[in-house]
Amino acid sequence: MKKHDWLPLALIAGLALAAFAFVPSTPTWLTLTVAGLAMGMMIFMMASGLTLVFGLMDVMNFAHGAFISVGAYAAASVLIALKGGMQAPSLAENLMAMAPALAAAVAVAGILGWIFERVVIRPVYGDHLKQILVTMGGLIVVEQLIHVVWGPDMIPLPRPATITGSVLIGDAAIERYRILAVLVGLAVFAALWIVLNRTRLGLLIRAGVENTEMVESLGYRVRRLFVGVFVAGSALAGLGGVMWAMYQESVTAGMGMQMMVVIFIVIIIGGMGSVGGCFVGALLVGLMANYIGYLAPKLALGSNILLMVLILLWRPRGLYPASKA
Amino acid sequence: MLELSGVNTHIGQYHILQGVDVVVRQNELTMLLGRNGAGKTTCLRTIMGLWRASAGTIRYDGREIQQLETPDIARLDIAYVPENMGIFAGLTVRENLLLAARSGPPDEKRLERIFALFPAMKKFLDSAAGNLSGGQKQMLAISRAIVEPRKLLLVDEPTKGLAPAIIAAMIEAFRELKRETTLLVVEQNFQFARSLGDAVAVMDSGRIVHTGAMRDLAADEALQQRLLGLSLEAHQ
Repeated sequence: MKKHDWLPLALIAGLALAAFAFVPSTPTWLTLTVAGLAMGMMIFMMASGLTLVFGLMDVMNFAHGAFISVGAYAAASVLIALKGGMQAPSLAENLMAMAPALAAAVAVAGILGWIFERVVIRPVYGDHLKQILVTMGGLIVVEQLIHVVWGPDMIPLPRPATITGSVLIGDAAIERYRILAVLVGLAVFAALWIVLNRTRLGLLIRAGVENTEMVESLGYRVRRLFVGVFVAGSALAGLGGVMWAMYQESVTAGMGMQMMVVIFIVIIIGGMGSVGGCFVGALLVGLMANYIGYLAPKLALGSNILLMVLILLWRPRGLYPASKA
Repeated sequence: MLELSGVNTHIGQYHILQGVDVVVRQNELTMLLGRNGAGKTTCLRTIMGLWRASAGTIRYDGREIQQLETPDIARLDIAYVPENMGIFAGLTVRENLLLAARSGPPDEKRLERIFALFPAMKKFLDSAAGNLSGGQKQMLAISRAIVEPRKLLLVDEPTKGLAPAIIAAMIEAFRELKRETTLLVVEQNFQFARSLGDAVAVMDSGRIVHTGAMRDLAADEALQQRLLGLSLEAHQ
Protein backbone atom coordinates (compact mmCIF):
# COMPACT_ATOMS: atom_id res chain seq x y z
CA MET A 1 0.00 0.00 0.00
CA LYS A 2 1.35 3.45 -0.86
CA LYS A 3 2.12 5.47 2.22
CA HIS A 4 -0.19 8.41 2.93
CA ASP A 5 -2.60 7.51 0.17
CA TRP A 6 -5.83 7.70 2.10
CA LEU A 7 -8.20 8.38 -0.81
CA PRO A 8 -9.21 4.72 -1.35
CA LEU A 9 -9.92 4.38 2.37
CA ALA A 10 -12.00 7.54 2.21
CA LEU A 11 -13.91 5.85 -0.59
CA ILE A 12 -15.19 3.24 1.88
CA ALA A 13 -16.42 5.96 4.22
CA GLY A 14 -17.82 7.89 1.25
CA LEU A 15 -19.76 4.86 0.03
CA ALA A 16 -21.19 4.25 3.50
CA LEU A 17 -22.17 7.92 3.86
CA ALA A 18 -23.73 7.99 0.40
CA ALA A 19 -25.78 4.93 1.30
CA PHE A 20 -26.83 6.62 4.54
CA ALA A 21 -28.50 9.31 2.46
CA PHE A 22 -30.58 6.78 0.53
CA VAL A 23 -31.37 4.06 3.09
CA PRO A 24 -34.57 5.14 4.86
CA SER A 25 -33.63 4.30 8.45
CA THR A 26 -30.45 4.34 10.48
CA PRO A 27 -30.89 0.82 11.94
CA THR A 28 -31.32 -0.60 8.43
CA TRP A 29 -28.22 1.28 7.27
CA LEU A 30 -26.23 -0.05 10.22
CA THR A 31 -27.39 -3.62 9.56
CA LEU A 32 -26.47 -3.31 5.88
CA THR A 33 -23.11 -1.75 6.69
CA VAL A 34 -22.11 -4.52 9.10
CA ALA A 35 -23.35 -7.12 6.61
CA GLY A 36 -21.27 -5.47 3.88
CA LEU A 37 -18.17 -5.30 6.05
CA ALA A 38 -18.59 -8.97 7.06
CA MET A 39 -18.99 -10.02 3.45
CA GLY A 40 -15.99 -7.92 2.49
CA MET A 41 -13.83 -9.49 5.19
CA MET A 42 -14.70 -13.00 4.04
CA ILE A 43 -13.97 -12.09 0.42
CA PHE A 44 -10.67 -10.56 1.55
CA MET A 45 -9.67 -13.81 3.27
CA MET A 46 -10.38 -15.73 0.08
CA ALA A 47 -8.73 -13.20 -2.27
CA SER A 48 -5.59 -12.08 -0.40
CA GLY A 49 -3.57 -15.17 -1.27
CA LEU A 50 -4.45 -14.97 -4.94
CA THR A 51 -3.35 -11.36 -5.28
CA LEU A 52 0.04 -12.19 -3.72
CA VAL A 53 0.47 -15.22 -5.98
CA PHE A 54 -0.20 -13.06 -9.01
CA GLY A 55 2.04 -10.25 -7.78
CA LEU A 56 4.95 -12.46 -6.84
CA MET A 57 5.11 -14.90 -9.74
CA ASP A 58 2.73 -13.47 -12.31
CA VAL A 59 0.62 -16.63 -12.08
CA MET A 60 -3.05 -16.51 -13.06
CA ASN A 61 -4.53 -19.19 -10.83
CA PHE A 62 -8.18 -19.79 -11.70
CA ALA A 63 -8.10 -22.87 -9.47
CA HIS A 64 -7.98 -20.73 -6.34
CA GLY A 65 -11.69 -21.49 -5.93
CA ALA A 66 -10.83 -25.16 -5.41
CA PHE A 67 -9.01 -24.29 -2.19
CA ILE A 68 -12.09 -22.40 -1.00
CA SER A 69 -14.36 -25.40 -1.61
CA VAL A 70 -11.97 -28.02 -0.25
CA GLY A 71 -11.32 -25.95 2.89
CA ALA A 72 -15.06 -25.64 3.48
CA TYR A 73 -15.62 -29.38 2.97
CA ALA A 74 -12.75 -30.33 5.27
CA ALA A 75 -14.18 -28.09 7.98
CA ALA A 76 -17.69 -29.43 7.38
CA SER A 77 -16.45 -32.99 7.95
CA VAL A 78 -14.95 -31.97 11.30
CA LEU A 79 -18.01 -29.96 12.31
CA ILE A 80 -20.35 -32.83 11.50
CA ALA A 81 -18.20 -35.12 13.66
CA LEU A 82 -18.27 -32.52 16.45
CA LYS A 83 -21.97 -31.77 16.09
CA GLY A 84 -22.52 -31.93 19.85
CA GLY A 85 -20.02 -29.18 20.49
CA MET A 86 -21.58 -26.99 17.80
CA GLN A 87 -25.05 -27.34 19.24
CA ALA A 88 -24.07 -26.87 22.88
CA PRO A 89 -25.33 -23.60 24.39
CA SER A 90 -21.82 -22.74 25.56
CA LEU A 91 -19.48 -20.43 23.66
CA ALA A 92 -16.45 -22.34 24.93
CA GLU A 93 -17.79 -25.66 23.61
CA ASN A 94 -18.71 -24.02 20.30
CA LEU A 95 -15.20 -22.62 19.95
CA MET A 96 -13.71 -26.01 20.90
CA ALA A 97 -15.60 -27.47 17.94
CA MET A 98 -14.82 -24.61 15.56
CA ALA A 99 -11.10 -24.45 16.26
CA PRO A 100 -10.26 -27.93 14.87
CA ALA A 101 -12.62 -27.30 11.95
CA LEU A 102 -10.85 -24.08 11.02
CA ALA A 103 -7.48 -25.79 11.51
CA ALA A 104 -8.60 -28.63 9.22
CA ALA A 105 -9.74 -26.13 6.56
CA VAL A 106 -6.41 -24.29 6.68
CA ALA A 107 -4.33 -27.50 6.71
CA VAL A 108 -6.19 -29.35 3.94
CA ALA A 109 -6.38 -26.29 1.66
CA GLY A 110 -2.70 -25.56 2.32
CA ILE A 111 -1.64 -29.11 1.50
CA LEU A 112 -3.77 -29.08 -1.65
CA GLY A 113 -2.12 -25.78 -2.58
CA TRP A 114 1.33 -27.28 -2.14
CA ILE A 115 0.45 -30.27 -4.35
CA PHE A 116 -1.20 -27.98 -6.89
CA GLU A 117 1.85 -25.73 -7.13
CA ARG A 118 4.18 -28.67 -7.72
CA VAL A 119 2.00 -30.61 -10.14
CA VAL A 120 -0.06 -28.03 -12.02
CA ILE A 121 1.49 -24.57 -11.70
CA ARG A 122 5.23 -25.30 -11.86
CA PRO A 123 5.25 -26.61 -15.44
CA VAL A 124 3.49 -23.50 -16.76
CA TYR A 125 5.44 -20.63 -15.18
CA GLY A 126 5.66 -17.68 -17.55
CA ASP A 127 2.85 -18.79 -19.85
CA HIS A 128 -0.45 -17.08 -19.03
CA LEU A 129 -2.52 -18.93 -21.60
CA LYS A 130 -1.41 -22.33 -20.32
CA GLN A 131 -1.91 -21.15 -16.74
CA ILE A 132 -5.52 -20.21 -17.46
CA LEU A 133 -6.20 -23.50 -19.22
CA VAL A 134 -4.58 -25.83 -16.69
CA THR A 135 -5.85 -24.03 -13.61
CA MET A 136 -9.41 -23.94 -14.98
CA GLY A 137 -9.02 -27.64 -15.69
CA GLY A 138 -7.64 -28.18 -12.20
CA LEU A 139 -10.63 -26.41 -10.67
CA ILE A 140 -13.02 -28.68 -12.56
CA VAL A 141 -11.07 -31.80 -11.55
CA VAL A 142 -11.07 -30.80 -7.86
CA GLU A 143 -14.79 -30.08 -8.02
CA GLN A 144 -15.42 -33.56 -9.39
CA LEU A 145 -13.13 -35.09 -6.76
CA ILE A 146 -15.21 -33.34 -4.10
CA HIS A 147 -18.28 -35.06 -5.57
CA VAL A 148 -16.44 -38.39 -5.33
CA VAL A 149 -15.28 -37.90 -1.72
CA TRP A 150 -18.21 -36.01 -0.18
CA GLY A 151 -21.02 -36.76 -2.65
CA PRO A 152 -22.80 -34.45 -5.07
CA ASP A 153 -25.36 -33.04 -2.63
CA MET A 154 -25.16 -29.79 -0.76
CA ILE A 155 -24.13 -30.28 2.88
CA PRO A 156 -26.02 -28.15 5.43
CA LEU A 157 -23.65 -26.40 7.80
CA PRO A 158 -25.42 -24.84 10.77
CA ARG A 159 -23.64 -22.10 12.68
CA PRO A 160 -22.52 -22.68 16.27
CA ALA A 161 -25.41 -22.29 18.71
CA THR A 162 -24.06 -19.23 20.52
CA ILE A 163 -23.12 -17.47 17.29
CA THR A 164 -26.57 -17.73 15.73
CA GLY A 165 -29.11 -14.97 16.16
CA SER A 166 -28.55 -11.26 16.46
CA VAL A 167 -27.57 -8.63 18.94
CA LEU A 168 -29.46 -5.36 19.11
CA ILE A 169 -27.48 -2.16 18.78
CA GLY A 170 -30.11 0.51 19.28
CA ASP A 171 -32.87 -0.59 16.93
CA ALA A 172 -30.46 -2.34 14.58
CA ALA A 173 -30.30 -6.12 14.59
CA ILE A 174 -26.74 -7.25 13.88
CA GLU A 175 -26.13 -10.94 13.27
CA ARG A 176 -23.59 -12.35 15.69
CA TYR A 177 -21.92 -14.35 12.94
CA ARG A 178 -21.27 -11.20 10.94
CA ILE A 179 -19.54 -9.62 13.90
CA LEU A 180 -17.41 -12.76 14.19
CA ALA A 181 -16.59 -12.57 10.45
CA VAL A 182 -15.51 -8.92 10.81
CA LEU A 183 -13.29 -9.79 13.78
CA VAL A 184 -11.69 -12.79 12.03
CA GLY A 185 -11.17 -10.71 8.87
CA LEU A 186 -9.53 -7.91 10.84
CA ALA A 187 -7.30 -10.43 12.61
CA VAL A 188 -6.23 -11.93 9.26
CA PHE A 189 -5.55 -8.48 7.81
CA ALA A 190 -3.56 -7.44 10.89
CA ALA A 191 -1.52 -10.65 10.75
CA LEU A 192 -0.80 -10.19 7.05
CA TRP A 193 0.07 -6.52 7.57
CA ILE A 194 2.52 -7.37 10.34
CA VAL A 195 4.15 -10.14 8.32
CA LEU A 196 4.43 -7.99 5.19
CA ASN A 197 5.57 -4.78 6.89
CA ARG A 198 7.42 -5.82 10.01
CA THR A 199 9.34 -8.94 9.04
CA ARG A 200 12.19 -9.79 6.71
CA LEU A 201 9.99 -12.40 5.05
CA GLY A 202 7.44 -9.68 4.29
CA LEU A 203 10.18 -7.44 2.93
CA LEU A 204 11.22 -10.23 0.58
CA ILE A 205 7.63 -10.81 -0.54
CA ARG A 206 7.06 -7.10 -1.22
CA ALA A 207 10.34 -6.87 -3.11
CA GLY A 208 9.53 -10.05 -5.02
CA VAL A 209 6.18 -8.64 -6.09
CA GLU A 210 8.05 -5.67 -7.60
CA ASN A 211 11.04 -7.34 -9.21
CA THR A 212 11.56 -11.08 -8.89
CA GLU A 213 14.74 -11.09 -10.93
CA MET A 214 16.43 -8.50 -8.73
CA VAL A 215 15.52 -10.39 -5.56
CA GLU A 216 17.20 -13.46 -7.05
CA SER A 217 20.21 -11.34 -8.00
CA LEU A 218 20.52 -10.38 -4.33
CA GLY A 219 20.88 -14.07 -3.49
CA TYR A 220 17.38 -15.11 -2.45
CA ARG A 221 15.52 -18.10 -3.85
CA VAL A 222 12.23 -16.62 -4.97
CA ARG A 223 10.90 -20.01 -6.07
CA ARG A 224 10.91 -21.24 -2.45
CA LEU A 225 9.34 -18.00 -1.32
CA PHE A 226 6.65 -18.44 -3.92
CA VAL A 227 5.82 -21.97 -2.77
CA GLY A 228 5.42 -20.63 0.77
CA VAL A 229 3.17 -17.79 -0.38
CA PHE A 230 1.16 -20.15 -2.56
CA VAL A 231 0.57 -22.54 0.36
CA ALA A 232 -0.29 -19.68 2.73
CA GLY A 233 -2.65 -18.19 0.14
CA SER A 234 -4.35 -21.55 -0.36
CA ALA A 235 -4.71 -21.99 3.41
CA LEU A 236 -6.26 -18.52 3.70
CA ALA A 237 -8.66 -19.41 0.90
CA GLY A 238 -9.63 -22.50 2.90
CA LEU A 239 -10.24 -20.34 5.96
CA GLY A 240 -12.30 -17.89 3.92
CA GLY A 241 -14.16 -20.86 2.43
CA VAL A 242 -15.30 -22.23 5.78
CA MET A 243 -16.27 -18.75 7.01
CA TRP A 244 -18.27 -18.21 3.82
CA ALA A 245 -19.87 -21.66 4.06
CA MET A 246 -21.02 -20.98 7.63
CA TYR A 247 -22.34 -17.62 6.46
CA GLN A 248 -24.32 -19.40 3.74
CA GLU A 249 -25.05 -22.30 6.13
CA SER A 250 -24.25 -24.82 3.43
CA VAL A 251 -21.34 -26.26 1.48
CA THR A 252 -21.37 -27.03 -2.24
CA ALA A 253 -18.60 -28.16 -4.56
CA GLY A 254 -19.27 -25.18 -6.83
CA MET A 255 -18.99 -22.50 -4.14
CA GLY A 256 -15.33 -21.81 -4.91
CA MET A 257 -15.96 -21.40 -8.62
CA GLN A 258 -18.93 -19.11 -7.88
CA MET A 259 -16.71 -16.87 -5.75
CA MET A 260 -13.97 -16.53 -8.36
CA VAL A 261 -15.70 -13.75 -10.30
CA VAL A 262 -16.04 -11.54 -7.25
CA ILE A 263 -12.50 -12.44 -6.11
CA PHE A 264 -11.05 -11.36 -9.45
CA ILE A 265 -13.07 -8.13 -9.28
CA VAL A 266 -11.62 -7.47 -5.82
CA ILE A 267 -8.00 -8.05 -6.78
CA ILE A 268 -8.38 -5.97 -9.96
CA ILE A 269 -9.98 -3.13 -7.99
CA GLY A 270 -7.28 -3.34 -5.32
CA GLY A 271 -4.37 -3.48 -7.75
CA MET A 272 -2.97 -6.90 -8.57
CA GLY A 273 -0.33 -7.92 -6.05
CA SER A 274 -1.45 -5.51 -3.33
CA VAL A 275 -2.80 -6.95 -0.07
CA GLY A 276 -3.82 -3.49 1.17
CA GLY A 277 -5.64 -2.85 -2.10
CA CYS A 278 -7.29 -6.26 -1.85
CA PHE A 279 -8.56 -5.39 1.64
CA VAL A 280 -10.04 -2.05 0.55
CA GLY A 281 -11.43 -3.58 -2.65
CA ALA A 282 -13.11 -6.40 -0.73
CA LEU A 283 -14.76 -4.00 1.68
CA LEU A 284 -15.99 -1.81 -1.18
CA VAL A 285 -17.41 -4.84 -2.99
CA GLY A 286 -19.07 -6.17 0.18
CA LEU A 287 -20.66 -2.83 1.03
CA MET A 288 -21.74 -2.15 -2.55
CA ALA A 289 -23.38 -5.58 -2.87
CA ASN A 290 -25.38 -5.06 0.33
CA TYR A 291 -26.43 -1.46 -0.27
CA ILE A 292 -27.43 -2.01 -3.90
CA GLY A 293 -29.05 -5.34 -3.02
CA TYR A 294 -31.32 -3.44 -0.66
CA LEU A 295 -31.89 -0.24 -2.64
CA ALA A 296 -32.12 -1.61 -6.18
CA PRO A 297 -32.11 -5.44 -6.16
CA LYS A 298 -32.29 -5.63 -9.96
CA LEU A 299 -28.96 -3.81 -10.20
CA ALA A 300 -27.25 -5.96 -7.57
CA LEU A 301 -25.75 -8.37 -10.08
CA GLY A 302 -23.99 -5.66 -12.06
CA SER A 303 -23.13 -3.32 -9.19
CA ASN A 304 -19.66 -4.75 -8.58
CA ILE A 305 -18.83 -4.66 -12.28
CA LEU A 306 -19.93 -1.01 -12.29
CA LEU A 307 -17.77 -0.36 -9.21
CA MET A 308 -14.79 -1.96 -10.95
CA VAL A 309 -15.33 0.12 -14.09
CA LEU A 310 -15.56 3.36 -12.11
CA ILE A 311 -12.46 2.60 -10.07
CA LEU A 312 -10.45 1.62 -13.14
CA LEU A 313 -11.50 4.84 -14.85
CA TRP A 314 -10.12 6.67 -11.83
CA ARG A 315 -7.06 4.49 -11.24
CA PRO A 316 -6.44 2.23 -14.22
CA ARG A 317 -4.05 -0.06 -12.31
CA GLY A 318 -6.28 -0.38 -9.28
CA LEU A 319 -6.46 1.42 -5.94
CA TYR A 320 -2.99 0.49 -4.69
CA PRO A 321 -1.06 -0.95 -7.62
CA ALA A 322 2.10 -2.83 -6.68
CA SER A 323 5.15 -1.20 -8.28
CA LYS A 324 6.36 -3.50 -11.04
CA ALA A 325 9.80 -3.44 -12.58
CA MET B 1 39.16 -13.92 -10.69
CA LEU B 2 36.52 -14.17 -13.42
CA GLU B 3 37.14 -15.78 -16.78
CA LEU B 4 34.71 -16.23 -19.63
CA SER B 5 35.82 -18.71 -22.30
CA GLY B 6 33.92 -19.14 -25.55
CA VAL B 7 30.64 -18.05 -23.97
CA ASN B 8 27.63 -18.17 -26.23
CA THR B 9 24.16 -16.96 -25.29
CA HIS B 10 20.96 -17.35 -27.24
CA ILE B 11 17.84 -15.35 -26.43
CA GLY B 12 14.99 -16.97 -28.27
CA GLN B 13 16.10 -17.28 -31.88
CA TYR B 14 18.80 -14.62 -31.51
CA HIS B 15 22.43 -15.58 -31.05
CA ILE B 16 23.67 -12.69 -28.90
CA LEU B 17 27.01 -13.74 -27.41
CA GLN B 18 29.11 -15.53 -30.00
CA GLY B 19 32.12 -16.88 -28.17
CA VAL B 20 33.03 -14.25 -25.60
CA ASP B 21 36.49 -14.56 -24.04
CA VAL B 22 37.31 -12.10 -21.29
CA VAL B 23 39.33 -12.12 -18.06
CA VAL B 24 38.67 -9.90 -15.05
CA ARG B 25 41.65 -9.73 -12.74
CA GLN B 26 41.38 -9.43 -8.99
CA ASN B 27 41.44 -5.89 -7.53
CA GLU B 28 41.13 -4.32 -10.95
CA LEU B 29 38.32 -2.36 -12.53
CA THR B 30 37.67 -3.80 -15.96
CA MET B 31 35.61 -1.70 -18.34
CA LEU B 32 33.43 -3.47 -20.87
CA LEU B 33 32.86 -1.07 -23.74
CA GLY B 34 31.09 -1.25 -27.08
CA ARG B 35 28.31 0.28 -29.08
CA ASN B 36 24.62 -0.32 -28.41
CA GLY B 37 23.59 -3.89 -29.09
CA ALA B 38 27.13 -5.24 -28.90
CA GLY B 39 26.14 -7.71 -26.16
CA LYS B 40 27.54 -6.00 -23.04
CA THR B 41 24.38 -6.25 -20.95
CA THR B 42 23.85 -9.84 -22.12
CA CYS B 43 27.37 -10.59 -20.98
CA LEU B 44 26.67 -9.39 -17.42
CA ARG B 45 23.28 -11.13 -17.31
CA THR B 46 24.87 -14.36 -18.49
CA ILE B 47 27.52 -14.13 -15.74
CA MET B 48 24.68 -13.68 -13.21
CA GLY B 49 22.77 -16.66 -14.63
CA LEU B 50 19.81 -14.48 -15.59
CA TRP B 51 20.29 -15.76 -19.11
CA ARG B 52 21.87 -19.17 -19.62
CA ALA B 53 25.10 -19.62 -21.51
CA SER B 54 24.37 -22.06 -24.33
CA ALA B 55 28.08 -22.89 -24.69
CA GLY B 56 31.39 -22.01 -23.10
CA THR B 57 32.51 -21.73 -19.49
CA ILE B 58 32.41 -19.01 -16.86
CA ARG B 59 35.00 -19.58 -14.12
CA TYR B 60 34.92 -17.56 -10.93
CA ASP B 61 37.42 -18.05 -8.14
CA GLY B 62 38.47 -21.32 -9.74
CA ARG B 63 35.03 -22.92 -10.17
CA GLU B 64 32.65 -23.10 -13.10
CA ILE B 65 29.47 -21.17 -12.40
CA GLN B 66 27.60 -21.20 -15.70
CA GLN B 67 25.25 -23.95 -14.52
CA LEU B 68 24.44 -22.33 -11.18
CA GLU B 69 21.16 -20.59 -10.42
CA THR B 70 21.22 -16.80 -10.01
CA PRO B 71 20.83 -16.83 -6.18
CA ASP B 72 23.73 -19.28 -5.89
CA ILE B 73 25.89 -17.06 -8.07
CA ALA B 74 24.97 -14.01 -5.96
CA ARG B 75 25.90 -15.96 -2.83
CA LEU B 76 29.44 -16.34 -4.16
CA ASP B 77 29.74 -12.65 -3.17
CA ILE B 78 28.95 -11.29 -6.60
CA ALA B 79 26.81 -8.15 -6.63
CA TYR B 80 24.95 -6.99 -9.71
CA VAL B 81 23.66 -3.52 -10.54
CA PRO B 82 21.49 -3.81 -13.66
CA GLU B 83 21.06 -1.17 -16.33
CA ASN B 84 17.62 -0.24 -15.00
CA MET B 85 19.11 -0.13 -11.48
CA GLY B 86 16.59 -2.69 -10.19
CA ILE B 87 15.66 -0.71 -7.09
CA PHE B 88 12.46 -1.65 -5.29
CA ALA B 89 10.41 1.50 -5.80
CA GLY B 90 7.72 0.64 -3.25
CA LEU B 91 10.28 0.00 -0.50
CA THR B 92 12.12 2.71 1.39
CA VAL B 93 15.84 3.33 0.92
CA ARG B 94 16.41 1.66 4.31
CA GLU B 95 14.40 -1.40 3.28
CA ASN B 96 16.31 -1.66 -0.01
CA LEU B 97 19.56 -1.71 1.96
CA LEU B 98 18.21 -4.15 4.57
CA LEU B 99 17.20 -6.57 1.87
CA ALA B 100 20.64 -6.52 0.27
CA ALA B 101 22.31 -7.32 3.60
CA ARG B 102 21.75 -11.07 3.57
CA SER B 103 23.58 -11.84 6.78
CA GLY B 104 21.51 -9.55 9.00
CA PRO B 105 21.17 -5.84 9.72
CA PRO B 106 23.82 -3.80 7.88
CA ASP B 107 27.01 -3.00 9.75
CA GLU B 108 26.85 0.58 11.10
CA LYS B 109 30.39 1.45 10.04
CA ARG B 110 29.70 0.24 6.56
CA LEU B 111 26.50 2.25 6.41
CA GLU B 112 28.39 5.36 7.51
CA ARG B 113 30.88 4.76 4.71
CA ILE B 114 28.02 4.48 2.21
CA PHE B 115 26.52 7.69 3.56
CA ALA B 116 29.90 9.38 3.17
CA LEU B 117 30.00 8.28 -0.47
CA PHE B 118 26.36 9.14 -1.12
CA PRO B 119 25.00 11.63 1.45
CA ALA B 120 21.59 11.58 -0.24
CA MET B 121 21.09 8.01 0.99
CA LYS B 122 21.19 9.18 4.61
CA LYS B 123 18.91 12.11 3.89
CA PHE B 124 16.28 9.96 2.19
CA LEU B 125 16.74 6.81 4.29
CA ASP B 126 13.05 6.51 5.13
CA SER B 127 11.71 7.80 1.81
CA ALA B 128 10.21 5.52 -0.81
CA ALA B 129 12.93 4.62 -3.29
CA GLY B 130 10.50 5.31 -6.13
CA ASN B 131 10.50 9.00 -5.17
CA LEU B 132 14.25 9.42 -5.65
CA SER B 133 15.73 11.20 -8.67
CA GLY B 134 17.50 9.16 -11.37
CA GLY B 135 20.94 9.91 -9.91
CA GLN B 136 19.82 9.05 -6.38
CA LYS B 137 18.33 5.78 -7.63
CA GLN B 138 21.70 4.90 -9.17
CA MET B 139 23.39 5.77 -5.88
CA LEU B 140 20.95 3.49 -4.06
CA ALA B 141 21.56 0.67 -6.53
CA ILE B 142 25.30 0.91 -5.94
CA SER B 143 24.88 1.35 -2.18
CA ARG B 144 22.79 -1.79 -2.12
CA ALA B 145 25.48 -3.70 -3.99
CA ILE B 146 28.13 -2.76 -1.40
CA VAL B 147 26.06 -2.82 1.81
CA GLU B 148 28.00 -5.97 2.63
CA PRO B 149 31.52 -6.67 1.35
CA ARG B 150 31.39 -8.34 -2.05
CA LYS B 151 34.28 -9.83 -3.98
CA LEU B 152 33.03 -8.82 -7.42
CA LEU B 153 30.71 -6.03 -8.55
CA LEU B 154 29.03 -6.18 -11.95
CA VAL B 155 27.69 -2.75 -12.85
CA ASP B 156 25.74 -2.01 -16.01
CA GLU B 157 25.98 1.57 -17.35
CA PRO B 158 26.17 3.45 -14.05
CA THR B 159 26.25 6.87 -15.75
CA LYS B 160 23.33 6.32 -18.11
CA GLY B 161 21.06 9.35 -18.12
CA LEU B 162 22.90 11.09 -15.29
CA ALA B 163 23.78 14.80 -15.11
CA PRO B 164 27.51 15.72 -15.30
CA ALA B 165 27.63 16.70 -11.61
CA ILE B 166 26.26 13.31 -10.60
CA ILE B 167 28.72 11.55 -12.92
CA ALA B 168 31.56 13.37 -11.16
CA ALA B 169 30.25 12.08 -7.82
CA MET B 170 30.01 8.60 -9.30
CA ILE B 171 33.63 8.72 -10.42
CA GLU B 172 34.68 9.54 -6.86
CA ALA B 173 32.53 6.73 -5.51
CA PHE B 174 33.98 4.18 -7.94
CA ARG B 175 37.51 5.28 -7.02
CA GLU B 176 36.66 4.38 -3.43
CA LEU B 177 35.09 1.07 -4.47
CA LYS B 178 38.18 0.09 -6.46
CA ARG B 179 40.15 0.01 -3.22
CA GLU B 180 38.13 -2.83 -1.74
CA THR B 181 36.73 -4.94 -4.54
CA THR B 182 36.99 -6.13 -8.11
CA LEU B 183 34.68 -4.53 -10.66
CA LEU B 184 33.41 -5.28 -14.14
CA VAL B 185 31.62 -2.20 -15.42
CA VAL B 186 29.70 -1.85 -18.66
CA GLU B 187 29.91 1.72 -19.86
CA GLN B 188 29.27 3.86 -22.90
CA ASN B 189 30.72 7.07 -21.48
CA PHE B 190 34.36 6.86 -22.51
CA GLN B 191 35.44 9.75 -20.30
CA PHE B 192 34.07 7.91 -17.29
CA ALA B 193 35.64 4.66 -18.43
CA ARG B 194 39.00 6.27 -19.07
CA SER B 195 39.16 7.94 -15.68
CA LEU B 196 38.49 4.71 -13.77
CA GLY B 197 39.39 1.64 -15.80
CA ASP B 198 42.48 -0.45 -15.20
CA ALA B 199 41.70 -2.90 -17.97
CA VAL B 200 39.34 -2.73 -20.91
CA ALA B 201 37.49 -5.15 -23.13
CA VAL B 202 35.63 -3.93 -26.18
CA MET B 203 32.69 -5.86 -27.61
CA ASP B 204 31.20 -5.81 -31.06
CA SER B 205 28.48 -8.06 -32.47
CA GLY B 206 28.61 -10.46 -29.54
CA ARG B 207 32.38 -10.90 -29.54
CA ILE B 208 35.31 -9.37 -27.71
CA VAL B 209 37.29 -7.45 -30.32
CA HIS B 210 39.91 -5.88 -28.08
CA THR B 211 41.36 -6.40 -24.62
CA GLY B 212 44.20 -4.62 -22.89
CA ALA B 213 45.15 -1.88 -20.47
CA MET B 214 42.84 1.12 -20.34
CA ARG B 215 45.77 3.52 -20.42
CA ASP B 216 46.86 2.08 -23.79
CA LEU B 217 43.42 2.57 -25.31
CA ALA B 218 43.16 6.05 -23.76
CA ALA B 219 46.44 7.02 -25.39
CA ASP B 220 45.56 5.73 -28.85
CA GLU B 221 42.88 7.88 -30.48
CA ALA B 222 42.99 5.97 -33.73
CA LEU B 223 42.29 2.73 -31.88
CA GLN B 224 39.46 4.39 -29.96
CA GLN B 225 37.94 5.62 -33.19
CA ARG B 226 38.25 2.20 -34.82
CA LEU B 227 36.84 0.26 -31.87
CA LEU B 228 34.24 2.61 -30.49
CA GLY B 229 33.43 4.80 -33.50
CA LEU B 230 30.09 6.54 -33.25
CA SER B 231 29.51 5.70 -29.63
CA LEU B 232 32.73 7.49 -28.76
CA GLU B 233 31.61 10.64 -30.56
CA ALA B 234 28.26 10.48 -28.84
CA HIS B 235 29.63 10.22 -25.35
CA GLN B 236 32.83 12.22 -25.34
